[in-house]
Amino acid sequence: MPEYKMVVLVKQVPDTKNITGEAMKADGTVNRAALPAVFNPEDLHALEMALQVREKYGGTVTVISMGPPSAVEVLKDALYRGADRVFLISDRAFAGSDTLATSFALKQAIQTKFPDVDIVFCGRQAIDGDTAQVGPQTAEKLDIAQVTYVESIEHLEKKKIKVRKLIDDGSEIMEAPLPVLLTVTDTANEPRPYMAKKLLKYRKAATDFGLHEQLPKYPKFKEPEALKKHLAGKGIFIEMWNAEDIGADPGQIGFAGSPTMVKKIESITLTGTGFKEIPPTDEGIKDFVAELIEDHVW
Amino acid sequence: MDNFFTDNQDIQLIFENTDLTEVIDLKEGDYAEADEYDFAFTDAQDAKEGCREVLTLIGEIAAQIIAPLAPEVDEEGAHFDHGTVTYAKGTQHAMDVLKNSNLMGFTLPRKYGGLNMPTFIYTIAVEMVSQADASLMNLFGLQDIGDTICEFGDEEQKMRYLPQFSSGEATGAMALTEPDAGSDLQAVQLKATYDESDGTWRLNGVKRFITNGCGDILLVLARSESGTKDGRGLSMFIVEKDESLVVRRIEDKLGIHGSPTCELQFNNTLGHLVGKRRMGLIRYVMALMNGARLGIAAQGLGIAQAAYLEGLEYARAREQFGKAIIDMPLVYEMLISARVNIEAARMLTYDSSRIVDLKKSYDHLLEKSEKPDRELRAQAKYYTSLAALLTPMAKYFSTELANKTAYDMLQIHGGTGYMRDFNIERHYRDARITNIYEGTTQLQYVAAIGGVVTRVWEPEFDRLETQLNDEWQKPLAKELKKKRELLSKAVDYIREKNDHDYQSYYQDKLVEMATKLYIGYLFVKYGVFSDEKKKTAAIFFEKEMPIIEEHYQVVTSGKTRVIEEYADLLKAED
Repeated sequence: MPEYKMVVLVKQVPDTKNITGEAMKADGTVNRAALPAVFNPEDLHALEMALQVREKYGGTVTVISMGPPSAVEVLKDALYRGADRVFLISDRAFAGSDTLATSFALKQAIQTKFPDVDIVFCGRQAIDGDTAQVGPQTAEKLDIAQVTYVESIEHLEKKKIKVRKLIDDGSEIMEAPLPVLLTVTDTANEPRPYMAKKLLKYRKAATDFGLHEQLPKYPKFKEPEALKKHLAGKGIFIEMWNAEDIGADPGQIGFAGSPTMVKKIESITLTGTGFKEIPPTDEGIKDFVAELIEDHVW
Repeated sequence: MDNFFTDNQDIQLIFENTDLTEVIDLKEGDYAEADEYDFAFTDAQDAKEGCREVLTLIGEIAAQIIAPLAPEVDEEGAHFDHGTVTYAKGTQHAMDVLKNSNLMGFTLPRKYGGLNMPTFIYTIAVEMVSQADASLMNLFGLQDIGDTICEFGDEEQKMRYLPQFSSGEATGAMALTEPDAGSDLQAVQLKATYDESDGTWRLNGVKRFITNGCGDILLVLARSESGTKDGRGLSMFIVEKDESLVVRRIEDKLGIHGSPTCELQFNNTLGHLVGKRRMGLIRYVMALMNGARLGIAAQGLGIAQAAYLEGLEYARAREQFGKAIIDMPLVYEMLISARVNIEAARMLTYDSSRIVDLKKSYDHLLEKSEKPDRELRAQAKYYTSLAALLTPMAKYFSTELANKTAYDMLQIHGGTGYMRDFNIERHYRDARITNIYEGTTQLQYVAAIGGVVTRVWEPEFDRLETQLNDEWQKPLAKELKKKRELLSKAVDYIREKNDHDYQSYYQDKLVEMATKLYIGYLFVKYGVFSDEKKKTAAIFFEKEMPIIEEHYQVVTSGKTRVIEEYADLLKAED
């Protein structure tokens, strides 16, 4: 059985499902401090698909996230669910990256660290930006095939993959050569909960950034370096890469590498056309409210 | 997202404010396993944090995965087809999730693939699973079988069976009940015969009402000493399912539909003796039952919690006579009573679990120690008798409460609650078995009365009293002291009277007095941690302390009319 090398790209996002009035800052960027940070929902489905491939076909699942030091939390989450290895790409130089700069950095990471990857999994899109661009752009830069809106993997063999993708009014079966990048929808599967043993093991995992916080919990260690060695020995030190580690050209990342400009932020009140009848029952109102929440209107 | 652990403020309060240091230190020894297993705890503080994480995980699984499936599981039930039992789809899915999340070897040692969690933590987990789907608890709760093998089996048996339980690849069953041996297990007839030719035990006979009797590994109580008639002729065997073991039928039940209740026929089935012959009932089954009773107490608690939330939601939403029914005294009385007694049952059940943890650890130390000192012997003895008193107390109190709560919450729903459309009727049906199986409420009184009349509670009440020094606690502690004297006097009265029928007739009242007192101490102990708890404590005192007084009057009344007349009234031929 071939051992598939899989990389899952995940993002820590503000929980826009629990949005409050302070969600946006005056300058039009998201006020991350006002929102709890969560695992981007569709990325969880991407991870689940990778884990299922590993179970069915064999292989390794590596999870990578690019973000601030706090993004280590989604990586720990991935470990609790069964990821083999995780890495954090974090550097002040990445601050302000738009989708172009982000996909460039991710491409650099995959190319320098996992040149022989077979399948790259991404969530279809993130709930903060809702662009759905990072996956496709990364594939483009890696110059590999891509299939978006994937719901299931129908067949996998050494050189090719057959997947079912969601399209308007149905689904479509597509075949692609490996390596391939797939973006996965939330209808694909039900992400598994944590495994208790992994949770107990990795709850203490940390990156270089977290070492200071962790020190008081380990009275035996006075220096971060000594603690790092200890954590690494236990397999719970999470490696972090900066721009240099992945050979990213400073001109193509962060603000410098991001042509996207926010011109203006407007608060839009949607006006609907046509009408929908809400039955005047508890059930009807309940459904309506659920719909509003689902649409992020309420 | 819903989470039955983090959303439940009362569980949070008890968990955060219960000192588990002694329990965990004893269980983990010198924490040497931290070097061997990467998921083992490094100290008591670390253990508490780890337990919190694992309970948060179970709270999430219970609320988000198990609970939504419960109505379908109830509707579909377990299936039986030509000797093969299949779980309802939702049951199977939930079991797969629990298995994949490493939650099926909760209390087993790490060496056998388990998490080595204290019973205290397991009890909280069982409550949450039961809140989600009472019938799933009957499968999740079968972990007691692994515990029993762990406690009494030999190393070879442990190595063979326990990892299968931990990994979830095997499920178990305890096969005790027979058509003519229900509450009275001494009457078990299933025959175990020793075959001299190949040195094996062979089992023949029928077991009935066996929860998950279709499981892979069964603990079977059988008569190994032919010619005997009582409990001393019974031994315990492990049976691995094979063709010789036939499931004859599954029962069509009032509730817990997800849990298959099997009738089994053993046809010369191979059995492996556990521990020593003749100790099956008197030692091993008693231990197994005590663990199971605590599990059922937690099951009752979970059902009560689920029913209470349904009643509360309905009462808030439902309007009649121009106002929400929750503002009507006879309605809010039922809700408050449910809330206060659920908190009572929770403290009692969790605290019993903590005592059981201490009992197990001291027993274990005693067993390992070549020359145990007097202190160790005393500790082991103390916690053994306290656990033997508290376990039946928790079992009867929580399961009676489950029934009362489901009954009252259905009442709050009115006619709507009688319809299948609402969850409350399911809770009502599921609750009904809890005060029957693993020993009826009446048998719990029988199990507890010995400890009550021999004053097992006395040193524990003394000890609790010394901890109640806060200004808020003092007046309540004083009241408890007064009520304690009543219990003490009632026990004196019963002992002096020395009349077996009289004591048996009034034993429920005596046990209830002791139970309510114990709960009173726990309310005062935990009340300091929140204003809400102080309020529920005050209500408990206002409502329950007079009942202790009433019971005292009844027990010491000397009245024997019922004892004298029952035969004439009930047994006379027409």
